[in-house]
Amino acid sequence: MKALEEYSWCPAVQEMLRQAEKLDIETAWCRYEAQLPQCGFGELGTCCRNCMQGPCRIDPFGEGPQKGVCGATADTIVARNLARAIAGGAAAHSGHAKHLAHVLLLWAEGKAPDYQVKDEAKLKAIASRLGIPIEGKDIPEIAKEVAEKALEDFSEKETPVAWLVTNVTKGRVEKAIQYGVVPTGIDSAISEVMHQTSYGVDADPLNILLGGVKCALADFAGCHMATDLADVLFGTPKPLVTVANMGALKPEAVNIALHGHNPVLSDIIVQVAKEMEDEAKAAGASGINLVGICCTGNEVLMRHGIPPVTHSVSQEMVILTGALDAMVVDYQCIMPSLASVAECFHTKLITTISIAKIPGATHIEFREEAARETARQIIRAGIEAFKRRDPAKVRIPNYTHKAFAGFSTEAIIWALSQVNKEDPLKPLIDNIVAGNILGVCLFAGCNNVKVPQDSGFLTIAKELARNNVLLLATGCGAGAFARHGLLTPEATEEYAGDGLKAVLTAVGKAAGLEGPLPLVLHMGSCVDNSRPADVAVAVANKLGVDVDKLPVVASAPEATTEKAIAIGTWAVTAGLPTHVGVVPPVLGSPLIAKVLTQDVKDLFGGYFIVETDPKKAAEKLLDAIRERRKGLGI
Amino acid sequence: MKEIFVRLDRCVGCRSCELACAVEHSRSKNLFEAISETPRPRRRLYVEYVLGRKMPFLCRHCEDAPCVRACRTGALTQDPLTRIVTHNPDKCIGCWMCTMVCPYGVIGREWERRIALKCDRCPGREIPACVEACPTKALVFMEQEEFARLARLEAAEEVAKSYRIAG
Repeated sequence: MKALEEYSWCPAVQEMLRQAEKLDIETAWCRYEAQLPQCGFGELGTCCRNCMQGPCRIDPFGEGPQKGVCGATADTIVARNLARAIAGGAAAHSGHAKHLAHVLLLWAEGKAPDYQVKDEAKLKAIASRLGIPIEGKDIPEIAKEVAEKALEDFSEKETPVAWLVTNVTKGRVEKAIQYGVVPTGIDSAISEVMHQTSYGVDADPLNILLGGVKCALADFAGCHMATDLADVLFGTPKPLVTVANMGALKPEAVNIALHGHNPVLSDIIVQVAKEMEDEAKAAGASGINLVGICCTGNEVLMRHGIPPVTHSVSQEMVILTGALDAMVVDYQCIMPSLASVAECFHTKLITTISIAKIPGATHIEFREEAARETARQIIRAGIEAFKRRDPAKVRIPNYTHKAFAGFSTEAIIWALSQVNKEDPLKPLIDNIVAGNILGVCLFAGCNNVKVPQDSGFLTIAKELARNNVLLLATGCGAGAFARHGLLTPEATEEYAGDGLKAVLTAVGKAAGLEGPLPLVLHMGSCVDNSRPADVAVAVANKLGVDVDKLPVVASAPEATTEKAIAIGTWAVTAGLPTHVGVVPPVLGSPLIAKVLTQDVKDLFGGYFIVETDPKKAAEKLLDAIRERRKGLGI
Repeated sequence: MKEIFVRLDRCVGCRSCELACAVEHSRSKNLFEAISETPRPRRRLYVEYVLGRKMPFLCRHCEDAPCVRACRTGALTQDPLTRIVTHNPDKCIGCWMCTMVCPYGVIGREWERRIALKCDRCPGREIPACVEACPTKALVFMEQEEFARLARLEAAEEVAKSYRIAG
């Protein structure tokens, strides 16, 4: 076994890795080592499996075949594979959004009475943005029209995807029109990429990439819609404080983890759990303790302060504590291996969605029409499992950090408005111009078994903070910062440069905090990358420049999923220099690699920075910010 | 001494061994950098496809190596103890006598310098790169006696099964 910090920088995960070794339980890290060395053709993106004449591979050293059976070159194959990955990511994000749209429609029609519109003002604002008249209409009527408009956005129509064009700058829409990448339906863009990349259709690598860009813009629309509709149904997050890491598991309580991505079930579980405390007590527990994993965890953290216990690559570790009674999952980023780890304990793994079942798990089908009843059934299964818990197997790693979260766009604007009521963005812009804030970096994406967990996030963030870069985070990146205490005012005191510290302190105090705002602002789950995008669009509109001129960058130092590829692509299309800390499978085509890291800059202003060394990555991000400042003459 | 043996029924033709071999013989020893190096890193073993079978072929480091006998310049030498056949690029004149006499055709060519290229059994590595890269363990690195025993046991198992059925 390697040194523990080569697996994860999280002390709780390290403790559980020792436990896994002791109990001889296989983890993602073991399986990764068993996979090594991984297939070089796959690593380079030069394996094509799109027809049954294949699989075809291109020899990167030039001796073997340079074309697939159909004649596709490495450039074509790499482009096809990349576009398909974007389509996969867009399908996941927008599937999540579509699910929420259906729930909103069901509620509006009176068929899902367990839901409600929690944020009426946001519903009205969305309706107005979409051009839906709201005068004289009641909330269910508006909700119905917004939900129908959302569902319309999925299929092919004559007009652009509304959730895209109403949420970006005019300049970005013009660019998208110029390059022919405006999607007219989210599902239709995904389906078009599948058509474009299937046998014998598009062989032009650059044209395929543009298809991928179109699909990535559909992904942005899906992300934004998911954020919007979740806020409408469950409330727009406001700043709150909680604790993070596995120490939040309680030895005396029924511990239930909410894992996956969508608040559609998990938010109801949070509501219902409060009413079932007595049942838990009757079973001998002190109560019900809900905790979060991955982005479902982020959703219930942002709205209810549910403690996030771990993220992404370390999800199996929570079961290894022996104190987890049930893990409830919806979809995305859920490792099938959870079932085999759960077998070694009393933990009940519960799948809930018809398209996401795991052999070995218990499936309790979630019905939106009877949401509270499903939630009760699930919690009851957790209470039953609690009775079978073996206290001798319990080993909760005693690590927690205080964590502030809940920084929706609305919450950030509110905090800024405490400094300047008439013009909330002015303090932010003035400080960027004055250089107190050098720029802004959004951290997003997953953990990846190839990177020591959290090392990329922590190394880059500390370096950028020292250089006065304002830090925003979403998804498992935000989770990494939560578990390491970077979502705190104390971290601001410790790591922020003087300029940044002064600004965060001024805003924090104006907003009623004792001290500064946290070093990193947690803006939500991975679909909530739409929130920082909204902030960037608002700043750009106010300054009268496009997003690709702003000193704003993005970083996914430990990216894993197809969703991360889709988000990265729309971030580049939005105009951001976007760092990726894991080598994406594109190097088999020097042409594509060059387009993604250089040439795309001439098209959209943004570009990818691929750098696996986090120290060098921080330097490159700082250089990109400084270049942008120079462009603005500040 | 350990040799590289091939369990022919296990090869799935993924060519991971070929890539790993080329990367091991690159300057950077890293795939992502190796693909843009000059001279281009070359593989020293070859996965062939004959009569519907995938066959990894590599230098057998023959006990009585014909290539060493055929080499006029002393570029090819054989270690008296390990029997590893080594190629010294500085002495090679590219006459291809070795290629003509090799019974397996596993002597390649480095185009840039016009010299021969062959398996060196990865000096400095405990396990040769191709063996380590093989996902199905078709390539194994073991003593001849050990490999023979492995094959013997597999054959014995088949015999034992039929014996049991017959009995």
